[in-house]
Amino acid sequence: MIEGKAWVFGDHIDTDVIIPARYLNTSDPEELGRHCMEDADPDFAKKIVKGDIIVAGENFGCGSSREHAPIAIKAAGISCVIAKSFARIFYRNSFNMGLPILESPEAVEGIKEGDVVRVDLSTGTIENVSSGKSFKAVPIPPFMQELLEVGGLMPYVARKMGLEVRR
Amino acid sequence: MGMTIAEKILAFHAGKEEVKPGEIINAKVDIALGNDITAPIAIKALREMGVEKVFDPDRVVLVPDHFTPNKDIKSAQQCKMLREFAREQGLTYYFEVGSVGIEHALLPEQGIVVPGDLVIGADSHTCTYGALGAFATGVGSTDLAAAMITGEIWLRVPESILFVYTGKRGRWVTGKDMILETIGRIGVDGARYMAMEFVGEAITDLPMEERLTMSNMAIEAGGKTGIIPPDKETLEFANARAKRPYEVFSSDEDAHYARVVEIDVSSLEPVVALPHLPENVKPVSELPEITIDQVVIGSCTNGRIRDLRQAAEILKGNRVHPNVRLIIIPATQKIYHQAMTEGLFDVFLSAGAAISTPTCGPCLGGHMGVLAEGERAVATTNRNFVGRMGHPKSEVYLASPYVAAASAVAGRIAHPEEVI
Repeated sequence: MIEGKAWVFGDHIDTDVIIPARYLNTSDPEELGRHCMEDADPDFAKKIVKGDIIVAGENFGCGSSREHAPIAIKAAGISCVIAKSFARIFYRNSFNMGLPILESPEAVEGIKEGDVVRVDLSTGTIENVSSGKSFKAVPIPPFMQELLEVGGLMPYVARKMGLEVRR
Repeated sequence: MGMTIAEKILAFHAGKEEVKPGEIINAKVDIALGNDITAPIAIKALREMGVEKVFDPDRVVLVPDHFTPNKDIKSAQQCKMLREFAREQGLTYYFEVGSVGIEHALLPEQGIVVPGDLVIGADSHTCTYGALGAFATGVGSTDLAAAMITGEIWLRVPESILFVYTGKRGRWVTGKDMILETIGRIGVDGARYMAMEFVGEAITDLPMEERLTMSNMAIEAGGKTGIIPPDKETLEFANARAKRPYEVFSSDEDAHYARVVEIDVSSLEPVVALPHLPENVKPVSELPEITIDQVVIGSCTNGRIRDLRQAAEILKGNRVHPNVRLIIIPATQKIYHQAMTEGLFDVFLSAGAAISTPTCGPCLGGHMGVLAEGERAVATTNRNFVGRMGHPKSEVYLASPYVAAASAVAGRIAHPEEVI
């Protein structure tokens, strides 16, 4: 179960806003996390509390294929992203590296900045604790569910190839 | 029921007779591509798994093009990681400064990608190769890592949208104007999760370089790929350079499309995409006076020889406006050399332009032309997001090489006819 305060953004939040390319000379999660959403809100990474949730409109994560985007979001301490829709590459990347993301236009309409939101990833239930309203996320395709269960794409590949992930 | 070219290529690589939109398949990749920004994460993942060999050293391609020549110490470290990995693995296609070019200009030029291929690249503009009749799509670093190990990728078969371009283009209308117009009509998520297929007489008329420009920007409409079924132009281009034998696919007459969009190009004018989304498309003739500080002509979208020739057509006998910095970046060493031998550099230098070695550099605000607060640029690149080329309060206007060169001369966004 995830619970956190909502930070609300609009449509078409692109990967340049999530993590500007000027920071892509590193793949260090901690450093990327410090600059998360910087060009939308320069103090974002400082303001959020671990576990907080990003709520956004259509086409979240459009633009570049940089996996640094979901890495930055996760490293900043964001526990999950709820959007009306996600851009395709960002959607894949999030599953592959283990950032929980949920599609739910109704939930996005029903959450204001600062609301406390509770998410049950196993059922896809999104609860706005502040308003008492509850929403359902678009179900995750079975194959993606399997990816999540084994912990992302690399563990999935490792299992398939009979390898072991050393972290 | 027939299949689209995208479905046929996916079926072929998944070893299936038929695939349907929505289905998840496991497919063999012909090329797995990474660059100096995305490959380090993939290489780390391989190391963590203790993988000793990539699936095929001829099919894993590494192109350090984004922050090269190394712009700072951290970038140098990332490039070093690619270099050492390429040597250790004996990769056939690793390109060092001096032979490197912008990946999506370089791979078609070198015949590394061929028609009918399934290409995945850890770079969103991998969709460029659709112009060759390949299914090519951008992925993240973890997907790249998995493909480097297994030679396979899981994909959801996308629905296709058919774009039919009719009519004859006007004098100053290029492939760039056609794709910007298309994105303007359907929006930046108009083809989200979908394959875009470009056909029609105006595509047949389009030279390969401008086709590559169109396919390159499919991602700017959210597309998974932007594919052009091979024709005479494609085969001539491929036959002159293909490093491997290839297979030609085409869409069936009764293939199913989620949507058909028709665009009459004879009514088009040169356009620009205004900040901060590629869908904010307006004809140049309808714009108020917009003064500019910088012009960039280059990138995986428009840094090919034809683009440079178009820029030179406008710049010949003209001077860059005193308030404007014009930066021209040939996309590969071969293009650079060709531009020099053809005398284009004389035109550029006489006009007061700076010419850079191949790099993605300023397109993503990396180096070689980053914008300051409040500055405005016209660029032949592909994205005009907030902060894309530098300061979050700078602005990028996307345009063709004709419009970019004309604007450099005028000091404001200008129609080519105003300066020629």
